[in-house]
Amino acid sequence: MAKNDVKLLGVWASPFVMRARISLNIKSVNYEFLEETVGSKSELLLQSNPVHKKVPVLIHGDKPICESLVIVQYIDEVWTSGPSILSTDHYDRAIQRFWAAYLDDKWFPAMRRIRGAQGEERQELVDQVVEGLALLEEAFGKYSKGKAFFGGDQIGFIDIAFGSLLGWLRVTEKLGEVKLLDEAKTPGLVKWAESFCADTAVKSVMPETEKLIEFSKLLMAKMKGAPPPKN
Amino acid sequence: MAEESVKLLGYWGSPFALRVKWALKLKGIQYHYVEEDLPNKSPMLLQYNPVYKKIPVLVHDDKPLAESLVILEYIDEEWKQNPLLPIDPYERAKARFWAKFADDKCVPPVMAAFSKKGEEQERAAKEARENLKTLESGLEGKRFFGGETIGFVDIAAGWIGCWARMTGEIIGINLIDAETMPLLDAWFQDFLEVPFIKECMPPQDKLLEHNKEFHKILTAAST
Repeated sequence: MAKNDVKLLGVWASPFVMRARISLNIKSVNYEFLEETVGSKSELLLQSNPVHKKVPVLIHGDKPICESLVIVQYIDEVWTSGPSILSTDHYDRAIQRFWAAYLDDKWFPAMRRIRGAQGEERQELVDQVVEGLALLEEAFGKYSKGKAFFGGDQIGFIDIAFGSLLGWLRVTEKLGEVKLLDEAKTPGLVKWAESFCADTAVKSVMPETEKLIEFSKLLMAKMKGAPPPKN
Repeated sequence: MAEESVKLLGYWGSPFALRVKWALKLKGIQYHYVEEDLPNKSPMLLQYNPVYKKIPVLVHDDKPLAESLVILEYIDEEWKQNPLLPIDPYERAKARFWAKFADDKCVPPVMAAFSKKGEEQERAAKEARENLKTLESGLEGKRFFGGETIGFVDIAAGWIGCWARMTGEIIGINLIDAETMPLLDAWFQDFLEVPFIKECMPPQDKLLEHNKEFHKILTAAST
């Protein structure tokens, strides 16, 4: 497939964009990365994602695909010669989709709000996030079966969905002065996080935490609490 | 397929459980239905869905699954007859996109219009109407999202028509405007007329009474 048949609109800091990039890397797909300028939206973005006007957008030929988990599944279904991202077993696939949805619907929204919250509300959010990590630790123990990833020997759907959020988790810990991923409480996840970040499909697209911290500070200053433009 | 191997834990008034009933009905799958008493959730439900403690939960050969859209995809993959999702990956991506849009952008403002009062309610109703209008664009002029027959998005979002109308009746604000969203309006009507869809619907008068009661409780709480 010629390189410019596959384009990805994104921004370097977005965990959702990272999911698409990791997936394309796993499948060894050559693609053109079109970086959007933070604070403005290109014509191409507005045209190809008129509903949400957000990154990531995968453009395959002339077909735009939006929503990160939809994109990851699309990549898995189209490029079948590469390693599978979702399990071939129906039940396992359902479990993978369940946890990815949990991360997006419950866990990440709570984590994002920690920095802007105060007092009781903040503590509640921290508790929710820590409880969630305990659930994920249990899930990791169950599904990894002693291997490095939720997907076993190789990165899979849950790894991608969760691992892409690690950068912002670290930012929250640093700037929010709160310990979330704790080796004492979730040793499996701590080790998993290391393996994930070291993986060849991930390394080149995982932003450095320091850069994310700077970016986050800039955003907070500019937008005063409004959520950053990404999904 | 033995009835006992497929079990659905649900609630008669829940649209999310209804989605699963529709999918099972469409595929002709026999199952054992367990009605949960939501104020007193069964130990079985709490064991099967420890993360959310909610219905619906599908149990197949003792393996539980929660989250209705996840369950729908599982049902579609496990039982191939009368497919919900199309074969083409791009069409599948579009279907997943619109099902998620309905859940993330249409359902919450409809619920908010239902449970809030005053300005908050007006804002929610406006957002609901706008997002329903956007949902209409996903139809791409077709009769159903699945084309000539019911598909994934129809099962995922078709119930919104009935619930939004009921909400409109209860709160006195119209959420589905036949003039500004004629295709969506027609789709909701066509959808609810499909025999297997109609068969699984809870009795409308009972549902209206139930939702009226629910509305009272919610708006008392939001004072």
